[in-house]
Amino acid sequence: MSAMQKLMGWIDDRLPLTATYKAHLSEYYAPKNFNFWYFFGSLALLVLVIQIVTGIFLTMNYKPDSELAFASVEYIMRDVEWGWLIRYMHSTGASMFFVVVYLHMFRGLMYGSYRKPRELIWIFGVLIYLMLMAEAFLGYLLPWGQMSFWGAQVIVNLFAAVPVIGEDLSIWIRGDYVISDATLNRFFAFHVIALPLVLIALVVVHLIALHEVGSNNPDGIEIKKKKDPNTGIPLDGIPFHPYYTVKDIVGVIVFLMVFTAIVFFAPTMGGYFLEANNFIPADPLKTPPHIAPLWYFTPFYAILRAVPPMFGSQFPGVVAMGLSIVLLFFLPWLDRSKVKSIRYRGPIYKIALALFIVSFVGLGYLGLLPATPIATIFAQVFSVIYFLFFLLMPWYTSIDKTKPEPERVTG
Amino acid sequence: MKRVKTLLLLLLALPFAAVASEADVHLDKAPVNLSDHESLQRGARVFVNFCLNCHGATSMRYSRLQDIGLTEDQIKDNLLFAAEKPGELMKVAMTKAEGKLWLGAAPPDLSVIARSRSADWLYTYLRGFYLDPSRPTGWNNTVFDKVGMPQVLWSLQGEMAPVYKQEGEHQVIERLELVKPGSVTLAEYDAMVGDLVNYLVWMGEPAQVQRKQIGLIVLGFLAVFFVVAYYLKKEFWKDIH
Repeated sequence: MSAMQKLMGWIDDRLPLTATYKAHLSEYYAPKNFNFWYFFGSLALLVLVIQIVTGIFLTMNYKPDSELAFASVEYIMRDVEWGWLIRYMHSTGASMFFVVVYLHMFRGLMYGSYRKPRELIWIFGVLIYLMLMAEAFLGYLLPWGQMSFWGAQVIVNLFAAVPVIGEDLSIWIRGDYVISDATLNRFFAFHVIALPLVLIALVVVHLIALHEVGSNNPDGIEIKKKKDPNTGIPLDGIPFHPYYTVKDIVGVIVFLMVFTAIVFFAPTMGGYFLEANNFIPADPLKTPPHIAPLWYFTPFYAILRAVPPMFGSQFPGVVAMGLSIVLLFFLPWLDRSKVKSIRYRGPIYKIALALFIVSFVGLGYLGLLPATPIATIFAQVFSVIYFLFFLLMPWYTSIDKTKPEPERVTG
Repeated sequence: MKRVKTLLLLLLALPFAAVASEADVHLDKAPVNLSDHESLQRGARVFVNFCLNCHGATSMRYSRLQDIGLTEDQIKDNLLFAAEKPGELMKVAMTKAEGKLWLGAAPPDLSVIARSRSADWLYTYLRGFYLDPSRPTGWNNTVFDKVGMPQVLWSLQGEMAPVYKQEGEHQVIERLELVKPGSVTLAEYDAMVGDLVNYLVWMGEPAQVQRKQIGLIVLGFLAVFFVVAYYLKKEFWKDIH
């Protein structure tokens, strides 16, 4: 026995290192037919790591103080060694996190990855998405630019629309009557430690649940139903390591090429990743003429604005916006189709999903624009489609004509 | 099918919803060229001489001007009016409160002005001042109506007056006309403003030139790494069918 084997034996007697490695990597059997859409889970994990590492380095030089915050970001951009790179990786990472998460969620919708027995994976995923939105919102206040300030103002005011307790609730969140130094300090605390801890915990649970039931695949059939009688290994399964580790490396490099192209050549992405108005220090006395949230929030912002105020209150819009996310949790039980994957679904679901995607992207686009009457009508149409996709799902998925699923995975 | 058609029609109209919401102010194209160090140096001189009396650039250190080819001695001898050492930040003596009291609004810090306002906007703005007796300063601007800042470069550009045209019920400014020449020609003035805007763009992010150079190396490395990773994946997967 070599010294290395001895050491591993010593550790394994005390910690299930080899067993864990086997269970989650070398003997975790994933379907062999993963396609392009299956890169985004590992990429989301990569972006999470990028955000945490760059975030730690930013924290070393950032000052969470309303008098110093804006200048400290410029200090990072100019005087900190490689500070501009760290900052751009973090700001680009925020947007790219949403890009990969949206694509990851779309994959779930296409192949029915939320269906039994993966309901909990989906629910933890939606929780991760919610936490990510909170994390992005909190972090966006920190540069203390005009959009940071007024964006936070608009969002915190949504809580003020809650009947009876709203006013007190918004003051409790801000720690002041307006967005102020107190707000900046608490947002900083939540952004750099509280939410990242929750986020990491949720990601761990998401993965544990995934590895318990095994991955879905583009055919939406369970590979565990057809096992090798001698070994007990799924016939269509291959060990995650080395097969998917080497495959994911290719995905990671392609992703990094896109990521670094943005970081080095277009870090503001024409104002979508870093807004021009956020290069103006926050001024509580000067409201910008047009306040738009960052692109990843705009679909929900458009839903909020699409609902007209009722009884002089914005609350119905806030409820609609909240519902548009809450509905995601119920997806596993709204879908009554006999098959999981879009490959074997009938035309109704395909049209419904297409309309949903068009509406979601359309809402995202409209959320960037000022609310003109014509834009509001579009937003209302898209919002109705968005909700009907979920609310009518039990009906249209059960009457949809499905094709028979194959016994074994196809290419 | 009918619903799909209606939706498609609505989608076709969508871009117009966007266009309708954008204000159309014509902006002239700024001649930005960050590899032209001489232009950047000329722009830095204009900036320090004229802008840096009221506007600070409090994120910018004088010593950073070495990036555009100036030596530390050149910076010390020619550009340090408001500071003692090249390592200092470009600050002005006027406080925010004084600025507000004297000028109505505190002059904004210009460190990242080219990032909040585009280069084209700055280029058009600095060439857009015209005489307007109704304003307290006597000056107004074509792209920034009722601006608080007077034309500080008037001794160079001279005095411009608006030429109006009728557009519907409103009178709009068609162009500006030189009514009293300054010390340089309008073409020379445009070139000088071009240098200044070029400098402001550079100052908005001094690392941007280096950033793009490094970016090429990073992308090159990833391209090579991609080939290696691609064949590694192929090799591992050749027995999976």
